[in-house]
Amino acid sequence: MDITVENVLKTYGLQRAVDSISFHVKTGEILGFLGPNGAGKTTTMKIITNYMIPDKGVVKIGGKSMPEYANELKRHIGYLPENNPLYDDMPMLDYLEFVAGLQEIPKEKIDERIREMVRVCGLNAEKHKKIGELSKGYKQRVGLAQALIHDPEILILDEPTTGLDPNQIVEIRKLIRELGQHKTVILSTHILPEVEATCDRILIINKGKIVADGTSENLRKQAQGQDMIKAGIKDGDPNEIFKALQELPGSSVVDFIDRNRNRFEIQSKPDHDLAREIFNLCVARKWVITELTPVETKLEDVFRELTMN
Amino acid sequence: MKPIWIITKRELRSYFDSLIAYILLVLFLAFSGFFTWLFGSDIFMSGQASLRSFFSIAYWTLFFFIPALTMRLLAEENRSGTLELLLTKPVSDRDVVLGKFTAALTLIIISLLFTLPYVITVSSIGNLDSGAVFCGYLGLVLMSAVYISIGLYASSITSNQIVAFMTAIFIGLFFHILFDVLASSFTGLTGEIFSFLSVSTHFESMARGVLDTKDLIYFLSLIVLGLKMAEDSLAKRNI
Ligand SMILES: Nc1ncnc2c1ncn2[C@@H]1O[C@H](COP(=O)(O)OP(=O)(O)OP(=O)(O)O)[C@@H](O)[C@H]1O
Ligand SMILES: [Mg+2]
Repeated sequence: MDITVENVLKTYGLQRAVDSISFHVKTGEILGFLGPNGAGKTTTMKIITNYMIPDKGVVKIGGKSMPEYANELKRHIGYLPENNPLYDDMPMLDYLEFVAGLQEIPKEKIDERIREMVRVCGLNAEKHKKIGELSKGYKQRVGLAQALIHDPEILILDEPTTGLDPNQIVEIRKLIRELGQHKTVILSTHILPEVEATCDRILIINKGKIVADGTSENLRKQAQGQDMIKAGIKDGDPNEIFKALQELPGSSVVDFIDRNRNRFEIQSKPDHDLAREIFNLCVARKWVITELTPVETKLEDVFRELTMN
Repeated sequence: MKPIWIITKRELRSYFDSLIAYILLVLFLAFSGFFTWLFGSDIFMSGQASLRSFFSIAYWTLFFFIPALTMRLLAEENRSGTLELLLTKPVSDRDVVLGKFTAALTLIIISLLFTLPYVITVSSIGNLDSGAVFCGYLGLVLMSAVYISIGLYASSITSNQIVAFMTAIFIGLFFHILFDVLASSFTGLTGEIFSFLSVSTHFESMARGVLDTKDLIYFLSLIVLGLKMAEDSLAKRNI
C-alpha cells in the first residue's frame, strides 16, 4: 500500500506545525524523515496515522483517503509514537495480547504472533516483567513489538531506535530493512548514519516545509553542486603539479590539502571526467598517483545547510 | 463491538490488579453496612421489611465513590499518551469511551451484588416487596451509570486525575442535590423543571417501587449525553 500526502496543513494556534506538505511513498520504500527539533515530523506522522485530522489537505493510503476509511485503513498501520507510551501497570505479555486482540488477530494465532515478537524484538529475558519495571531500551522494544505484531503493510516509526543498545540498533535496522522490502515504511530519526543505513529515500523538513527529497546520494550531489576529487601525486615538484592540475580542462579550482605530501583537492567543472584527466596527466608526466578519491559531502553538511538560516 | 469488550476487560483487570476494586468493595460495603445499621436499625424493631434506608445510604456512597473510579479512566491515558496508541489501532473514540464506561459500570454492579445478603436478611424479617427492591436496585444502577458518564466526561477534559475527580463531583452535585434544593425554592414551572432535572426526584420514585418511563428516559438521556460529550472531547485531541 502506498501513502500519499497532499497539501497537508496543521496549525497549533497561530503556528504552522506542518505547512502544506505533499509527498508520496511507494510500496517497498523506506522513507527517512529528517528535520531539526520542532520541524513537524511527529505532527505529520500523527496525521498519517489518523490520530489528528489536518486543517487542510488529505492523506491517502492505498488510494483511500484517511478520515473516511480510517477504520479500514488503521488495520494496516503499525505505529510507534514518539515517546513510546505504554501501560506501565500491565505485564508485557498481557499487553502484547491486548494489542493483538485490538488488531483483530485471530485467537488461535495470537500466541504464535506474541512468540514471534518476543523473538524478533529480543524480549525473552524480561518477558515476565511488568512494563513499568522494564529498562528504557526494553520498553522501546515492547513499543516496536506492538507496532509489528499484526504484520502491518505500513509502518510509521517515530525515532524507533532511541534508547536501544548498539547490538539491538543493528538488529532493528536490519529488521526494518527486511520488512521494508514489501512494506511501506516511514521512520523519523536524528541519527543521520541511521538514515543512510536503512532508508531508500530521505525527506528533510524544516519549519513544516519540505526542503529536500531524494536518495542520500542525490541530496549530497545537490548540495555539493560539482564533484570534488582528492588526489595525492608523487615524484614531481609540488608547484609544477599544482599548475598542471589547474590547466586541466576539467578542473575549476585546485587547492593544497597537504603541501609536504603533495595532496590536492580539485573541484571539477560540470560534464567533465576529471579523474580520467588527472590520470592521463600523471601518466604523461610520469608522476605517481598515491591517492585518487572522490570527496563526499557528508549528510550532516547537507542537513546543516538546508535547515540552518 | 469487539474492541469495546477488549478495553473493558483490560480496565477491569487493571481495577483488580491495582487493588482499587477491592478497596472500593470493602469501603462501599463497610460504609453502607455501617450507616444502614446505624440509621436503619429500626426495621428490626418495627418488623417492617424495607430497604429504604439502604437505598438512601447507597445513594450517597456511590456518589462519592464513582468519581474516584472514573477519574483515572481517560485522564491517565491523556497524561501518558497511551490514548494515541489506542486510537491509532482499529478502535474508535466511541469504542474507548464505551469500553471504559462498561468496565466502571460492571464494577459497580459487582459491588451491588455483594449487598444481596443484606436483602436476604431483611426479607427474612418480614414481607419484602420484591418489585420495590428490584426498582430500587435498578435506580441505583441507572444513577451510577449517570455519574460514570459524567465522570468519564470530566476525565476526558484533563490529564490530571485530581482535576477529573473534582470536576465530576462538581457537575454531579448539581444533579445530586443542588437542583433539588433549587426546586424547593422556586414555585411553578421553574420549580418543576429543577425538580425534573434532579437525580434524586427520579431515584426516589424508583426506590419507592414506581417504575415510570419518564424516569428511565431521564436516566438514559443523561447517560447518552455524558458519553457523547466525553467522546467529543476525546475527538478534539487537544490535551
Ligand atoms: N500539542 C501541541 N500544541 C502546540 N504546539 C505543538 C503541539 N505539538 C507540537 N507542537 C508544535 O508543533 C511543532 C512541530 O512539532 P513536532 O512534534 O511535529 O516536531 P518534530 O519534528 O517531531 O520535533 P522533534 O525532532 O523534536 O521530535 C513544534 O514547534 C511544536 O512546538
Ligand atoms: Mg518528533
